[in-house]
Amino acid sequence: MVDVPKPEELIKVDNKPPAKGWMDVPPDISAGKYPYPAQPKSLKYLDLPNPRDWSPLDDDWQLPENWKEIVHEGLKERLDKYRSLKVFMDTCVRCGACADKCHFYIGSGDPKNMPVLRAELLRSIYRNDFTAAGKIMSLFPGGKRLAGARTLTKDIIKEWFSYFYQCSECRRCSVFCPYGIDTAEITMMGRELLNLLGINIHWIKDPVSNCFRTGNHLGIQPQNFKEIVEFFCEDIEEITGVTINPSFNRKGAEILFITPSGDAFADPGTYTFMGYLLLFEHIGLDYTFSTYASEGGNFGLFTSAEMMKRLNSKMYAEASRLGVKWILGGECGHMWRVINQYMDTMNGPADFLEMPVSPITGTKFENAASTKMVHIAEFTADLIRHNKLKLDPSRNDHLVVTYHDSCNPARAMGLFEEPRYVINNVCNNFYEMPESTIKENTFCCGSGSGLNTEEIMETRLQGGLPRANAVKHVHDKNGVNMLSCVCAIDRAVFPPLMDYWVPGVDVTGVHELVGNALVMEGEIERTTNLRFEPLGDTEGDSDE
Amino acid sequence: MNGNYIFSLITVVVLGLLAFFGTTVFGLQYLFGVIVPYACVIWFVFGILKRMLGWANSPVPFRITTTCGQQKSLPWIKQNRIDNPSTGIETIIRMILEIVLFRSLFRNTKSDITASGKVTYIWEKWLWVGALAFHYSFLVVIVRHMRFFTDPVPYLISMLEYFDSLFKIEFVGEVVGTSLQIGLPGFFISGLVLLAAILFLFSRRVLISQVRYISLPADFFPLFLLMGIAGTGIFMRYFSKVDIISIKELTMGLATFCIPDGAVLAGLSSVFYIHLFLVCILLAYFPFSKLMHMGGVFLSPTRNLPNNSRARRHINPWNYPVKVHTYDEYEDEFREKMIEAGLPVEKES
Repeated sequence: MVDVPKPEELIKVDNKPPAKGWMDVPPDISAGKYPYPAQPKSLKYLDLPNPRDWSPLDDDWQLPENWKEIVHEGLKERLDKYRSLKVFMDTCVRCGACADKCHFYIGSGDPKNMPVLRAELLRSIYRNDFTAAGKIMSLFPGGKRLAGARTLTKDIIKEWFSYFYQCSECRRCSVFCPYGIDTAEITMMGRELLNLLGINIHWIKDPVSNCFRTGNHLGIQPQNFKEIVEFFCEDIEEITGVTINPSFNRKGAEILFITPSGDAFADPGTYTFMGYLLLFEHIGLDYTFSTYASEGGNFGLFTSAEMMKRLNSKMYAEASRLGVKWILGGECGHMWRVINQYMDTMNGPADFLEMPVSPITGTKFENAASTKMVHIAEFTADLIRHNKLKLDPSRNDHLVVTYHDSCNPARAMGLFEEPRYVINNVCNNFYEMPESTIKENTFCCGSGSGLNTEEIMETRLQGGLPRANAVKHVHDKNGVNMLSCVCAIDRAVFPPLMDYWVPGVDVTGVHELVGNALVMEGEIERTTNLRFEPLGDTEGDSDE
Repeated sequence: MNGNYIFSLITVVVLGLLAFFGTTVFGLQYLFGVIVPYACVIWFVFGILKRMLGWANSPVPFRITTTCGQQKSLPWIKQNRIDNPSTGIETIIRMILEIVLFRSLFRNTKSDITASGKVTYIWEKWLWVGALAFHYSFLVVIVRHMRFFTDPVPYLISMLEYFDSLFKIEFVGEVVGTSLQIGLPGFFISGLVLLAAILFLFSRRVLISQVRYISLPADFFPLFLLMGIAGTGIFMRYFSKVDIISIKELTMGLATFCIPDGAVLAGLSSVFYIHLFLVCILLAYFPFSKLMHMGGVFLSPTRNLPNNSRARRHINPWNYPVKVHTYDEYEDEFREKMIEAGLPVEKES
């Protein structure tokens, strides 16, 4: 890994555009600036084109013989399939409103990280190949450039690789665009085109092939998945004295619970997982885990619509096989974009399931009437509203909490108040970050859409600057020491981001806070939280 | 990068000269006064239709609404029905606000990093103000021009003119009195606002380095074209003595397919022909340019769909079966380990 500059250096962002026009500035593909390419075995396992050993540092990327035709035809096919792409290719007026809305642009100052220019990387080819204006202007010397068009070259493929993997598909720019142009859509199409040439990244393709085979991104096999969860239960028993016996692949359960596998694997996500276990035990929920559909997230989304569908299919297939009534989904960001905007369309209709009804409160989740999948924050907020949880928020009194809206639940769903309601009921010290950095204006962690890989740490830290800076604001002002979120990628990438930009702020899932506040029936007096950190520093755990 | 706007400027100047010499030296009044306008209007209408149909022909496979407010979920949580609509009506309201008030642009902020390392965001309203000023003054100017194609002039247009010229400025009133004969003294605020807004949009493209960097000739060309159109328009109205009666004879003739005789055409001022020709170029250019954002904004899938795809299934017309890894394949691979771990299986051994 390449050394990362110190924060006081990295924050000196130079956003003066280069003297040369953007078409003449090559991308920086040097060590530390590119994600590692996918291994051929992952591509082979998934039947994807052009598996080979290659490095972005190579001069020759070993593209297929007819690579130009593949891209041209691929773009044509997508223009015919997606109105979004066609309209977004045509309507941009380059007003620049999106420019400083991108966390990667704010953090890097690289003009090609302005959403408008990122899109122009593709638009220039579109103009050349598919528009009358581009074709007519090409007839004159220098006309191409005047039309903003250019002929596709291998160098442009490299440029696409560089910049379509410096976009985390967070959709913040689309909030501000007067035409709703969504760069995520452009990046997704750009990545699909690159995938047709066998240009993919390891950090996405490895989880995808794992997920296809074992049911989760981390490649956890069924027996290990069970072991991990049982291990959490042992910890819970040690901390609370409560014995939990969750079930796996159990037919006839009322609810199938699916959450990102990242939370089964690494801290602090594991504590969120323990929070779920405690919550379900507390309310006596009739639910089961699946080892086959043991992944909430979907890195297919970062590859292609088809791959997203291939991975997502397991949720309904498993719900159907187990005969559950509906599906409950855990805390995850892009997972909820897939569930809210793609799943039913791709793999529905889920007519073998029933309208989700909370067995505890009787609440009908009519907003999920067709998809039949409910977000855990919706579910828990409803429980608290109906007074079904016995909570002692003072157990979280040592925490001063803020909340990060994960991009996808925010801008592809609108999940704002549910998690806030839960947090405000399980802890006493909560402060919001500034308006322009939360809810629909939320800033990405800088590592979304499969970019949470070590080798591009500097890019990630740059992209995470706006978010971290807003945390720093409430850290300095209100003493915030805990950043809560509802996203497994967040939980994985915020700890290093916070250590770098805002030391002294830790990261938690919302349901870890819930798990710590829950007063379980028959529990022993808790001396530690779910992290085995001693409680009672503030002597506030004897309320009522 | 200067080439971008110099090229656009030169193109507009050349187009203007074409109309000037075409009508003054070569006597092509019929071409510039009748043939080109008809051709361009037809081109404009068909071009826009083709473009819109082209967009409409591509389906919307997924419901990718950009949600900018609280979703509809639990009954006691207040939904933001405009920024996160869940019904058709709510979506229409969102679209109306978007199209009529440029609601998204209204959100615009400007970010900066202070010397002490703080990332700041301030509300940047000027682009929104400039865009509104430009589009609305342009609309008023277009509607006002309808008086040239109607006889008698509809009451609404006269009303609009009345309000448009409410703000009288002393010295302007005098200029107006000497140069115009259409009976409506006064100064049209819309023309001035239009020109000022164009100059604002142009100057931010030139002065803000980031915006300059992303700008293409296609961003400057329409601005220069509109400067030319507004400039010649203002010149004709307030400074030169154009024969407004003859102009209306021609425009009514075009509208009623009853072209006046050559003497009328020959008598019209060359400034008028330049004005008309630049308008024709704008019409012809429109369907093949970014100006189509006017149509595109209606079809943007992130804005014109309700966020209700969990409540109602959205259909993708090209949804096709994909290769999946079935549970049976999964169990076949892991069966022994599953049995050993006490996990239920479909098939024993």
